[in-house]
Amino acid sequence: MTQVTRLQELLYEVKIGEVMTRKVIHVTPQTPMAEIRKLLREHRISGIPVVQEGKLEGIISIEDLINTLAESAMAATVGERMTRNPVTLREDEPVVVAINHFATHGYGRYLVVDGKGHMVGIVTRGDIIEGLLKKLEVEYHEEEIRRYRVSHIFEDVVSDRTSIILRYDIVARDFKHAGEASSNIKQVLTRLGAPLEVVRRAAIATYEAEMNIIIHTTEGGEIEAEIQAGRLILRAMDRGPGIPDIAKAMEPGFSTAAEWIRELGFGAGMGLSNIKRCANEMKLESPDQKRTCLEATFYLDGKKQESPPRAESGERPPDPSN
Amino acid sequence: MKLQQIISIVEGQVLVDARVDREISCAAASDLMSDVLAFAEPYSILLTGLCNPQVVRTAEMADIAAVLFVHGKIPEAETIALAQKMGIPLVVAKAPMFEVCGRLHQAGLKSCDVSCRLARL
Repeated sequence: MTQVTRLQELLYEVKIGEVMTRKVIHVTPQTPMAEIRKLLREHRISGIPVVQEGKLEGIISIEDLINTLAESAMAATVGERMTRNPVTLREDEPVVVAINHFATHGYGRYLVVDGKGHMVGIVTRGDIIEGLLKKLEVEYHEEEIRRYRVSHIFEDVVSDRTSIILRYDIVARDFKHAGEASSNIKQVLTRLGAPLEVVRRAAIATYEAEMNIIIHTTEGGEIEAEIQAGRLILRAMDRGPGIPDIAKAMEPGFSTAAEWIRELGFGAGMGLSNIKRCANEMKLESPDQKRTCLEATFYLDGKKQESPPRAESGERPPDPSN
Repeated sequence: MKLQQIISIVEGQVLVDARVDREISCAAASDLMSDVLAFAEPYSILLTGLCNPQVVRTAEMADIAAVLFVHGKIPEAETIALAQKMGIPLVVAKAPMFEVCGRLHQAGLKSCDVSCRLARL
């Protein structure tokens, strides 16, 4: 199994109907054979579909014409000399079906019909290549435009302090949705083009903060991510019960979590020290010992790193010798 | 080491299939997600006996490339669904944690560097 490329996906996504040529010269079964010679020569083609009231009846080819000439039967109509039941493709089939046909049969073109057997177009190898290239070009442009828009938002919007604020309500004990806020924040940061290494540190810290609210609070709280030009300020605020001894809470390994929380894989007393490790700056307050406010700042340009442990590992490709 | 190699070394069964030709940098083995968040490196594989969706969330946040469940533990349906959504491959091995770690270490897969983390605390 190898990685599926976008082009391979397109072979299944793009339908034959999207890439085929719609205008097709055709004749009826009543057309005299004498006219076929003229049509083939004028249009420099090797076959013409035969259509009766929209429905594909057959195909008349150079070979049929030669045989008719050899038998001196040029007075006949197309209906008497045509090849019936030609191989056709359906417009709603993916282009990969057409490619398989081109590979197995030697034909250079296939007639395309709809679900009722009505002829709707013709498809060649060239049509498929052109159609796929156009699709890729459109997607490439869309991605370019989207990247431009997000990465330039701070330059394009004029204000003294521009920021994007994302707020998420976190419900206490809601393990089912745990991590959704962090996941969303991570995606936005990636979209905005922040360095992967910073995005990773911010995501880990946000996730720890989100889990803390879910595990330790009685009333739940809020996660707020404020993205400014060059920095992200993460705020995690809850409505109690607060932290009596902040210094103690910061110690790695210190935990007040119940056993059932540990069974979920959390509450090991690493959360706050982990947030501190990931952030460029961190402030933790518990005013009145009733609520808790955590503020962590991340420098998005990745330059002003004071103590970013393992920071360099974020963008390092895996060592193949491992 | 390629994920495909790891799967064959541990005789793993693929639960969520995604790009098995990807390169794995190192391994982290733990049931404590807080620990994993603290020391797992990007592009690593997580070996765990924990089966809830938070395992996949942890992998997502820490840029972990794949998750391997030990002891034949099949994760919850929600875990599998989330992994599919995030494109994170999930593998299950019958052998217990110690055996899985032993086999992979012997085959040359390195540990995510804990000492490095401790030195910086």
